[in-house]
Amino acid sequence: MAKFDLNDSSVVVIVGSGAGGGTLGNELAQKGVKVVILEAGPRIENQDFVNDEWESFSQLAWSDARTTSGTWRVAKDFPNLPAWIVKAVGGSTVHWAGASLRFDEHEFRVKSTYGNIPSANLLDWPITLAEMEPWYAKAENKMGVTRTNGIPGLPGNNNFKVLEAGAKKLGYKTVHTGNMAINSQPRDGRGSCQQIGFCFQGCKSGAKWSTLYTEIPKGEATGNLEVRPSSMAVKIEHDSSGKVTGVVYADESGAMQRQKARIVAVAGNSIESPRLLLNSASTMFPDGLANSSGQVGRNYMRHMTGSVYAVFEKSVHMYRGTTMAGIIRDEAANNPKPGFVGGYEMETLSIGLPFMAAFLNPGAWGRSFTSALDGYPRMAGMWLVGEDMPQETNRITLDPVVKDKFGQPVASVHFDDHPNDVAMRAHAYKQGAAVYDAVGATVTYPTPPYPSTHNLGTNRMSEKPRDGVVNKFGQSHDIKNLFVSDGSQFTSGAACNPTLTIVALAIRQADYIAGAMQKKEI
Amino acid sequence: MREIDRRSKQSRRVFLKGAATAVPVVAVATSIATSIGDAWADDATTLSPATMKTLLKVARDIYPHDVLGDSYYITAIKPWDGKAAKDPAVKSLISDGIARLDQNARDRHKVPYVEVPWEADRVVLLKEIEQSDFFQKVRGDLVVSLYNQKEVWPRFGYEGSSAEHGGYINRGFADIDWLPKA
Repeated sequence: MAKFDLNDSSVVVIVGSGAGGGTLGNELAQKGVKVVILEAGPRIENQDFVNDEWESFSQLAWSDARTTSGTWRVAKDFPNLPAWIVKAVGGSTVHWAGASLRFDEHEFRVKSTYGNIPSANLLDWPITLAEMEPWYAKAENKMGVTRTNGIPGLPGNNNFKVLEAGAKKLGYKTVHTGNMAINSQPRDGRGSCQQIGFCFQGCKSGAKWSTLYTEIPKGEATGNLEVRPSSMAVKIEHDSSGKVTGVVYADESGAMQRQKARIVAVAGNSIESPRLLLNSASTMFPDGLANSSGQVGRNYMRHMTGSVYAVFEKSVHMYRGTTMAGIIRDEAANNPKPGFVGGYEMETLSIGLPFMAAFLNPGAWGRSFTSALDGYPRMAGMWLVGEDMPQETNRITLDPVVKDKFGQPVASVHFDDHPNDVAMRAHAYKQGAAVYDAVGATVTYPTPPYPSTHNLGTNRMSEKPRDGVVNKFGQSHDIKNLFVSDGSQFTSGAACNPTLTIVALAIRQADYIAGAMQKKEI
Repeated sequence: MREIDRRSKQSRRVFLKGAATAVPVVAVATSIATSIGDAWADDATTLSPATMKTLLKVARDIYPHDVLGDSYYITAIKPWDGKAAKDPAVKSLISDGIARLDQNARDRHKVPYVEVPWEADRVVLLKEIEQSDFFQKVRGDLVVSLYNQKEVWPRFGYEGSSAEHGGYINRGFADIDWLPKA
């Protein structure tokens, strides 16, 4: 495995090893580019994952201090846990559900499609679906997405069968076990899904795609990629010409190191990525790096989310099998609907008893609450995930008071639901309940959003430098050897789960970076 | 469908251990008043047995599951004694919180909280202190310490860890048999 010198200024340094960073690292390594990935969390392999929700949460979740504000309920229920993401090699591809969907054509041009929506900071992406299609195809092939490349769909579990039966009774048309980056048959050296039911706790069988055991070892095998776990980036440095020169990070022992770099790519998820750019402020860039537009940290999106759980007379045992292999897509289209633009997906979801108790209705107690939990074995569940409106005031800032153990200000996450989000959620709750009522639910529970798993938009792409942070290749408008490689590039959120798009963008970005390096442009 | 055996498999270990360590054998033999069922509370070193017993009642009233015996709630609230021993702030949080609850109960019902006979009346008393730090901390701890007990899971039809059993691929992931034909 490669080991690069701290003073080797020819390397590309990537901050983060998840869907964006891990993919970019491997793609560059395959092209012969030398890469150092700095990953804040430890390296935890499959066999060490645990099928236990709270124990796994302690093992994997990003639990470093963050603060929150705004009218979203997460700020009240989980004031220091705005997001449920992973701090480990593989990033949030360790705990993601595997849903791998392409954006719809209109979701790349939301400003043109939706028009002027008060207090929404809508903008068209500088790329189109047509431009993205070949990269989506590469991503689907790399990840082994079911129902693409001749890969069969996963078998439906009990939770899916309830969803499917209800959806068909309601007249929904597009209902299946999803486009999942989970092997339905052995592929790419990994076995097929064993229906373990703990997708969110790290896939012990490795059937689910994660950069931890696909991209990263493949990149390492080239001799061009070095991954440094437990290495927390604290500052990106630049020279007097304004080009970035390296990354200062705290190593496993807490000692500060400086890795020199030819190029820096930031892929720390949409809370840490803007935090790092803001914490790297200097005399030349007093508002933080790549922030001449003032958009770094703004337009934070987290999807319109919610869940519906329903209790039936007889058993469901929803927790058995693949967590999210089930989808209804009929509401994802941008049909004119009462009170909102955009669409949403309805996807099967199950959480175990410990998390159900914590998340069904945070803070609730007494008989109405315990009655719901008594129905646990007879429960079916779905997640509602839809496009939310980017708002300039929803943003990541540096907390003025709270600092991390290295003395760096922590991220403060402000979020208010947009009226469009609220209207969409109300519609989604109603439709979700109707699906279950159609097959005999005795009670349904609308469940509030969990801490955010889809964090997006805080370093967004724009055609014009004044409207955003990066260009169509994720290259910052202000500094040509500084890139953003995660979901924070998203100009808008679309209805679907973001990972496939993050991976497709990373493959495309690697192509661009390698080409620009060859041409000595950067 | 493969159903879960939801019968209790819990031994009475928690009670017997309490009886063995805290109550002299002679006392057990001679005093009917000292029931084995209360002995667990006498194990407490920092919080008073009365406080522990009230905490048990509070826990049951916060998350009432009639299918669960006291043992699960005792397991959930017992660690408060250890936390109180380590931190005087925790000790006063719990002691003062229970004292206030008892005072409110006496004002309203002339008896301490545990002796208020009906759950509905006790829930009114809890509602009054719902926003207090005491209630919030006790509830916030309980939602994990009660529902995260592996012994509790089968009582709710939840099977827990599955990888070591080969997942559910051959154990009923798709065995639902009552749905209308799609």
